[in-house]
This record gives sequence, structure tokens and C-alpha cells, in this order.
Amino acid sequence: MTGTPLLAVEDLTVEFDTFDGVYKALDGVSFTLGRGESLGIVGETGCGKSVTAKSILGLVPSPPGRTRAGRILFDGDDLLEDGGARVRDIRGIDIAMIFQDPMTYLNPVFTVGQQLVDVIRAQQRLMPASERMSRAGARALALEMLERVHLPNPERQFSAYPHQLSGGMRQRVLIAQALSGRPRILVADEPTTALDVTIQAQILSLIRELIASFQLSVILISHDLGVVATVCDRIVVMYAGQIVEDASVTEIFDNPQHPYTQGLLAAVPHPGRPVSSLSGISGTLPNLLDPPSGCRFRTRCERATDACGTRPALEQLGTGHRVACWHRGAGP
Amino acid sequence: MMLEVRDLKVHFDVSRRGRGRTVVQAVNEVSLHLERGEALGLVGESGSGKSTVGKAILQLVSPNAGSIRVGGEEMTRPDRERETRLRRTAQMVFQDPHSSLNPRMTIMRSVAEPLILHTRLRGQAMRARVAELLGIVGLPQHFQFRYPHELSGGQKQRVCIARAIALDPDLLILDEPTSALDVSVQAQILEFLRSLQQDRGLSYLFISHNLAVVRHLCNRVAVMYLGRIVEEGPTEEVFRSPQHPYTRALLGAVPLPQARQPLAGDPLTGDIPSPVDLPPGCSFASRCPQAIQGLCDRRAPDDFVRGPGHRARCHLHDPARA
Repeated sequence: MTGTPLLAVEDLTVEFDTFDGVYKALDGVSFTLGRGESLGIVGETGCGKSVTAKSILGLVPSPPGRTRAGRILFDGDDLLEDGGARVRDIRGIDIAMIFQDPMTYLNPVFTVGQQLVDVIRAQQRLMPASERMSRAGARALALEMLERVHLPNPERQFSAYPHQLSGGMRQRVLIAQALSGRPRILVADEPTTALDVTIQAQILSLIRELIASFQLSVILISHDLGVVATVCDRIVVMYAGQIVEDASVTEIFDNPQHPYTQGLLAAVPHPGRPVSSLSGISGTLPNLLDPPSGCRFRTRCERATDACGTRPALEQLGTGHRVACWHRGAGP
Repeated sequence: MMLEVRDLKVHFDVSRRGRGRTVVQAVNEVSLHLERGEALGLVGESGSGKSTVGKAILQLVSPNAGSIRVGGEEMTRPDRERETRLRRTAQMVFQDPHSSLNPRMTIMRSVAEPLILHTRLRGQAMRARVAELLGIVGLPQHFQFRYPHELSGGQKQRVCIARAIALDPDLLILDEPTSALDVSVQAQILEFLRSLQQDRGLSYLFISHNLAVVRHLCNRVAVMYLGRIVEEGPTEEVFRSPQHPYTRALLGAVPLPQARQPLAGDPLTGDIPSPVDLPPGCSFASRCPQAIQGLCDRRAPDDFVRGPGHRARCHLHDPARA
């Protein structure tokens, strides 16, 4: 990694207006994505991982969403400047996204090929005139993309409708769409959660292959620590809108420092090991309409003290390991 | 014997006028048994028929053939009286606790429902029993007066478990009870289910797609693929030395929550075939890396014994071939 990171999110704070008050979804989220790096964001429901991803692409609906503070720097340019006009130039071109439920993101009344060609032509419109391709060229590229995501029988599936494809095949089509603009960053929001485990293995292996062949940097969002471990180099752990820990995959699993990360690891049953007892994390997620001051995990944390009323900063422990906790450590 | 299912067959006729006959073969020739106090895991991917087996046992779908015995009593096509007994012996917990609770009933009313239908408990005695049940599942007493929308997912699932054990059943059928929950909550529910089983000597039929969860909770496991049980055996043995190529592929496909991933083989190619037109021969042949041309795609394999209580439905284990 040299110079500026490819993507830097700085102090991102996002809120939603609701009838019950202001929902504080993200609170000062900062992280970077290096060139060629695969970053995993993990956390449980409501931790803000999807809002983070959507903010990068300017997909948080506003209203009710509101970016209170922060910057999102892509290659040094702030995407949040000019009220988000800048993000329209890079969305789908430099940064592309795939989602959890591919069916929702495909139009049921057009064929797969037609949609893919439309996406490619839309991407072309944002390119300089000299680089644009003809309709036939777009069609050829669409077919090539379907081959590169290993869709079986691409010529035949080109004229299939989304409902005629299986879940795994639909996700392949969505990946083909996302990569046809040759993006530098792929944001994948729970891309395999709706899929069966053998199909999930296929898609994860495809994503790993494409990271290499397209030289992608990836942000993979998942609630499944196993999924993130198979694809990513580094993991960011989020809780209730804050980043609690950020470290390499090895450090997160072998040397977790934050009590929440440790709790999460102790709660996951390991498919490869015989029975040991699991420990859940007692209590429930705080209400983000009125989150606790300081560290948002303190209401469920066994180590919480008065100090936790002040928010701990994400502190560097060396070798890129960052933790936000006053009582960090290997634990009891 | 708590539960004995023999040659269960459940087909759904989904024909539409003018389009010929379309039958979904959800479950074919499924046999399984469950001893008292045992936990049997039924695992498989979507469309494998695992939920249909659970529902057929409780008469929520009617089987086309086969026999079901619960607590030694024939329950295949029970009359009203026997069905009432069945409901007192066996209860079910579903995947989505939110849609299994009536939004207009208080928690008290929901948990009391089986008591009202099956017992003479009323008034003070009934309320005391509900309070006791909430205590067992670890919920505070004031939750009695709340409505489902005021509870979190994990709390609602505890309510569903309280309702399921209200009549002191011997058998619980748990259909993906933790799939809708976050891992930290899932861990609480799993640990609770385990202690509940130990305290009351319950038998569990635990249906799940999550192999790790099954390994955690069950003594025995049965793996389903396209309506058939392809392998069954003691949990540790099946996980340590899977005999069916599908079980091996399934175990290899689970991403492990650890830093160093083992060198995985190639993932299975292709999708699960449609249960509407099942391929002839072994239903896994189209995806099997070890399929034998001319045999696996023609003739369906039998069950072969691979150890004490361990069987696999695969031609590779046919002693006659060796």
C-alpha cells in the first residue's frame, strides 16, 4: 500500500429522522480500504454495516437519512461534497455494489441479457465519447461477462428471465452487471446470505477468483464470521453504529482485544470442532433513538466502568490493529 | 421409542389446469427413529424436504404413504381423539417467532392457549402456570402483559418455546429455531435448549441448514438431499468421517470462523435439481464428483451400513461392488 488509500471513510455520522425521534445509525465511523485489499465488515443486526456500505455509494435515502458529519474520500476526492453530486460519476463505474437478495435487484419483466446490455450502455454514457462501444459491442461484452462469472450456458441464459434462474445464478448475473463497468471497488452486502451453503461456496470462490482477475478491492459485509474469513484480509467489527475493532483476519480470530469481538467469537458454534459450550452476550442492542453515551456496548459489557461513559477512541496497537475500548485486553 | 417414521412419502400436487400433471416429490422413503431423551438433527439445503418431514409428523401436512409412530402410538392418520393426544405429546417451534405469535394476543394469552385447549386449568391456576413457564424460559414476569411487537426476536422465540412446553410434551420438533436470530442471541437460545432437554428429558427433532448448530446440539444427525436421507449416524462420527459424497461436500462448503482456512476442494458445481422431475437413479448423481457413469444415473442406491447406527445411501458403499 503506497500513498493515499483507495477509499477512506472519516468520522462518518448518519442519522435517520423517524416519528419517534432521531435514529443515530452511525456514530463517527472511520476506516480505510487499501488498493487490492479485501475488507470485511461484520456485526449483528442494527450495527450499521449496511448503512455504511450504502453511504459510500450515496444510496442512503434522504430524507429520512442525513449525513451529519464525515467525509468519504475516493482516491483523495470527497464524495460527499456538492451534496453528493460527485458520487453519481463514480457509482457503478469506479465503485459497484451487489446485494443480499439478487431477485429484488433484477427487473422481472426483462431478460437477463437485456438488463445487462442496458447497464453496460448506461455505464458507457459516463465514459469519454472515444471509448464508447456500439450496441453490438455492448452485447458482446455482456456475453463475455456472463462467461466470466461462469454462468452455465451463457448464450441460452442471455434470453432467460430472472425467475427462470436459481438464486446462485441470479447472484452471478448481478456480479456480471457490477463488474461490467470495470470498477476498482466492489461493495458486497451479504451477497451469500440468501443462498444455500453449497451455492454460497461457489459464489465465494467466484468472488475470490474475480478479485484476482479484475484486481478488485472489496468491501464484504456479512454477519457470518466464516464468510468474511474466507474472502478478506482485514475485518472491521461494528456494534450499534460504532467501530469497535479493526484488525487483520489473524488478529481478530487469534488475538481479539474488544470484549464485543470476544463475545461474538464465543457465541459462534464452530462446525469443525466438537461440542463446547457457547456463551451468548446477555442483554439486547441499545435503542439507537437514545443510545448510551460514550461506548455503546457498555450496557452489555462485563468490564464496563464509569470511564466507559466517555467514548474511547480507536487506538492503534501496532501492525494495523485498532481497538476502541478503555478495558481492552485478552479478557478473563 | 419416542418417534418412529417408516417409508414416509409426501408429494404435493401442484398441477394447473391445461398444463398436465405436476407433482413435487418433497419427501421419498424417509425412515428415522428417535429414542427418548435423544436429539436428532435433520440437516439439508432448501428444498431437501426437511421441514416437510417435521410437519408430516405433526399432521400439518398429510403424508401419501408410510407410517408415523409417536410414543409407541400409530399416528399416521389419527382420529380426533388420537390427534389431541398427539398434540400433547409432540409440539413444534417454528423458524420465525414473529409470525408464529398472534399480534393481538398478549404473551400471557399466547402461552395460555394450549392450556385453554387441552387442560381444565383456568383463572388463578392458569396464570400461575404461565408465570412458571415464563420463568423456565428466562423471561421476566411483567412480559405477560406485553404484546409480541414489544419483544425482541430472541425474547419472542423464548415465548414460542414456553408455549410449546406448556403441556409438558415429550417431543419437540424445532424447525430452524435460531435461523432468524443474531449469533449472540442464537447462542443463548441453543444453550437454553440444551439445558431444557437435560432438565426435562425431552426428545428433539432439530431441523436446520446450519451444520455447526446441529453438531452443537444433537447426538445423531440425518442428512437429507432432494427428499431422501442420504446419510445418518452419530453426530461426531458423521462430522469426522462423512461417508456420502454429498455430506462430504456439504461439510467442506461451510466457511469456518477461524483465521486459517483449510485447503478446500472445489465446491460442488450446479444447482439442486427440481423435485418436480427427479432424475432417475441417485438424485445426487448430477452433482456428484464420484458418480459412476451408467450406474449412479440409472439405478437408485440402497442404504448401506457403515458402522454402528451409521448408514449411507450411496453405490460407492455397496459391498457387492467391491
